[in-house]
Amino acid sequence: MASPGRTVRFLHRQDVGPAEAWYRPVAGVSPAARATAGQASRCPYEKGAPLDDALAIHRLHFAFTVTFHYLFPQLTMGLALLLVILKTLALRTGEEHYNPAARFWARIFGISFVLGVVTGIPMEFQFGTNWAAFSRAAGGVIGQTLAMEGVFSFFLESSFLGLFLFGEKRLGPKGHWFAGLMVFLGSWLSGYLIVATDAWMQHPVGYTLGPKGEILLASFWGLLLNRWALWQYAHTMNGAVITACFVMAGVGAFYLLSNRHEAYGRTFVRLAVVVGVVAAILQLFPFGEAQGRMVAHYQPTTLAAMEGLFETQQGAPIAILGQPDIQKKRLDNPLVVPRMLSFLTYRRWRAKVQGLDNFPPENWPDMIPLLYYSYHMMLGLGTIFIAVMLVAAWLLWQGRLYTSRGTLWVLMLCLPLPFIANTAGWITAEVGRQPWVIYGLLRTRDGISPQVSAGNAWFTLIGFMGMYTVLSILFLFLVYREIERGPEPATAAPAAGGTRG
Amino acid sequence: METVWYCLIAGMIAIYVLLDGFDLGAGIIHLFVARSDAERRQVLASIGPVWDGNEVWLLAAGGTLYFAFPALYASGFSGFYLPLMIVLWLLILRGISIEFRNHIEGPAWAPLWDVLFCFSSLLLAVFYGAALGNVVRGVPLDASGYFFEPLWTNFRLGPETGILDWYTILIGLAAFLALTQHGALWVGLKTAGPVQERSLRLARGTWWGVAASTVVITWVTIHVQPQVYSNLSGHPWGYVFPALALAGLLAMRWFLRGQDAAQNDRKAFLASCAYLLGMLTSVVFGLYPYVLPASSNPAYGLTAQNAKAADYGLRIGLVWWTIGMVLAGGYFVFLYRHFAGKVKVGAEHEGY
Ligand code: HDD
Ligand code: HEM
Ligand code: HEM
Repeated sequence: MASPGRTVRFLHRQDVGPAEAWYRPVAGVSPAARATAGQASRCPYEKGAPLDDALAIHRLHFAFTVTFHYLFPQLTMGLALLLVILKTLALRTGEEHYNPAARFWARIFGISFVLGVVTGIPMEFQFGTNWAAFSRAAGGVIGQTLAMEGVFSFFLESSFLGLFLFGEKRLGPKGHWFAGLMVFLGSWLSGYLIVATDAWMQHPVGYTLGPKGEILLASFWGLLLNRWALWQYAHTMNGAVITACFVMAGVGAFYLLSNRHEAYGRTFVRLAVVVGVVAAILQLFPFGEAQGRMVAHYQPTTLAAMEGLFETQQGAPIAILGQPDIQKKRLDNPLVVPRMLSFLTYRRWRAKVQGLDNFPPENWPDMIPLLYYSYHMMLGLGTIFIAVMLVAAWLLWQGRLYTSRGTLWVLMLCLPLPFIANTAGWITAEVGRQPWVIYGLLRTRDGISPQVSAGNAWFTLIGFMGMYTVLSILFLFLVYREIERGPEPATAAPAAGGTRG
Repeated sequence: METVWYCLIAGMIAIYVLLDGFDLGAGIIHLFVARSDAERRQVLASIGPVWDGNEVWLLAAGGTLYFAFPALYASGFSGFYLPLMIVLWLLILRGISIEFRNHIEGPAWAPLWDVLFCFSSLLLAVFYGAALGNVVRGVPLDASGYFFEPLWTNFRLGPETGILDWYTILIGLAAFLALTQHGALWVGLKTAGPVQERSLRLARGTWWGVAASTVVITWVTIHVQPQVYSNLSGHPWGYVFPALALAGLLAMRWFLRGQDAAQNDRKAFLASCAYLLGMLTSVVFGLYPYVLPASSNPAYGLTAQNAKAADYGLRIGLVWWTIGMVLAGGYFVFLYRHFAGKVKVGAEHEGY
């Protein structure tokens, strides 16, 4: 038993400062809150070179590992959907053609999945290793969704993936279809739970503050059905589908252009374009637009920063191009659509949109240019995706797509772009949340592990960088080989024997 | 409520050790028990479909620890920063070497993956043992509730301990021996022919090491962490845990004897499970209520009470956790059944 008289300690004051200092109501809510917010703020870079600062390295560490991780789940989650479609087509039409097609994508899925798994495990650890104070404060809340991810979806996924990849003969067509469906459900459930975790950090709900300022879970369903999570999920998953569609279309176009595996090339392009055109449009409306309005509603500082809106305006314009200049507080070389931002956020052309001037600078996101550019890159790419997919869909409808070499070239070259768009989207979300790790509740600088020095964090960051460089090379090499080999390998028996007989 | 979670999480970790333990062990021994490429594939096939699922127990246990005992997760993970990161790198290495071995063929590649696989499995076993040793010995927690341990200092016990000192290295070696044994018995169970023979012979040899290390670490631990002895003498029913370990140890020897070993392969493996389970539960019982004792001042230690999350969350958690575990148990039974039986050399490949 604990020695008598000891109190339960969730938070140790000396790590996070006095409770009043780390708990501050949401910015812009009350003038009193704004007044106190200023006092405790200190520039993280005061002490010397920015990269000697533990905070900076912990952030870089997390950003690097999670950005790398997300390259793989976005592909697997999207491919899981396309694989289920392929397996369903095989079952419905009875055409054998769809089975080798599904097997081909399952091999690529398998490679990406392994990378997703090995890079995902570090993510889970880092909450404790690099963000200990954050974990101590909020673990009782976000630990719920993270643990549910492990208990519900990872078990489901990993068990059925083994069956899906290695059990086609033994399971029979229906059983194999079912295993594929389970992998799909597992990965999409996993996506929901991790998005719900992130959504709670963006827009904390369903909690109360304990007497010492600790964050306590108050409503489980509030946490799970966070409004922010629902929209974020729709947008994120649809983004994953876009990635998979462009990858599949790109590979199909490659086969058609190089006159190899042409029957499969046509199937891939057709399926990817049909699904892709829908997904690309949905991504803008309603999903992206709804995300934007969530931000406008709950994170007005973020909105102002990502739009580069320095001054509060009635009938605010939306910037298409321009470079934010933080010192002079203006957008250089602006190319704007007048009044558009007001309309998009409030559905009124003359609505007032709060600019950064309306908020105390210590509550501004701290990397406004990065935020601004990543947001605009996502938007720009999203628009390009819609255009490309519409053209491809039109040609498909006309029956000319398989021979339009120009469009096929474009589809092939677009292959990497959705990865960039998804990454840019996450950077928008995460940098936009700054300087908070839990919006309005806990500052990022108060969330790091108090005893892990910048030197130790550098050591492991460099280690991950080296490791992930090797992983990237292996991944590209393996996927390239699969594509070279094609859906129907020339040699009858696949030489690459499974580890599982 | 916190005691329930203490036991549940301990249980999840134990399942992780039993399951991933055998594939770590298989990784350690595969260079020695398999002589040809076909034989090596046979060993890998015995763990191929299950290793990822086994590893998920680590994640699920970690996640559960996170929400049930956030303060422990925070101090423990940040304090063990370096060894945990090394464990992560080893897990990455291991994951890719088992999966990619068969994607990238050719005489130059396979040996590289094999050596990496053996190396990462071996170090993981040692690091897991050392981690357990650190928890038992206690860590330099202070009033803030945090600590940071370098990898090593002077290898002595005392106020300035590192992750590795003579005690934790000892536990690391014991874990290495026990998991080697466990893996050898698993491979013995899943294979036939020369690979099985060699594995069982190896298991017979390592048994002596396991037995000796059990005696040594039991004796040393009682001196290093007084809580263990006081819990046992305060609640003598707790002796069932060490008794289980001892029974498992002896049964293992019994089933491995003479010519019958090949017939008793399943029983020997189960005996090894009992041994590991007995050792782990003894530790868990011996440490209670501590989840992370302080080596400096016992009052700074983290206990199930002062590290737990709010009761509401713990109660809700129990509901979904139970549902999730029933489902997960179902998948595992199905998966292991589906891949039950011995793997053959050059068995027909599906998929990949
Ligand atoms: C293929 C990927 C992709 C594409 C084309 C788009 N998005 Fe996106 N976006 C994402 C992938 C993504 C994402 C990776 O899924 C993000 C990151 C975090 C999140 O919630 O979703 C995201 C975040 C995100 C956010 C930030 C939310 C926040 O700050 O928390 C907004 C406002 C939008 N999106 C809006 C849009 C709009 C209006 C688009 C119009 C074309 C758009 N996105 C295209
Ligand atoms: C996979 C997609 C994700 C990407 C690409 C991503 C990206 C980033 C980036 C770039 C940062 C650094 C921000 C900065 O330093 O200003 C960051 C920080 C962080 N993100 Fe995410 N993130 C992702 C998902 C998540 C999720 C799902 C969670 C929560 C469960 C999360 C939690 C955090 C935390 C704790 C930090 C550190 C604090 C901070 O600097 O904001 N991230 N992330
Ligand atoms: C900080 C944030 C994150 C953490 C802690 C995390 C954790 C993990 C872990 C531990 C795994 C391995 C699971 C296994 O062994 O099977 C994994 C894989 C996966 N993650 Fe993440 N992840 C994060 C970000 C994300 C995001 C933002 C998404 C999607 C929206 C995502 C979706 C997935 C999926 C679908 C998998 C399955 C493996 C795969 O398809 O590659 N993760 N993640």
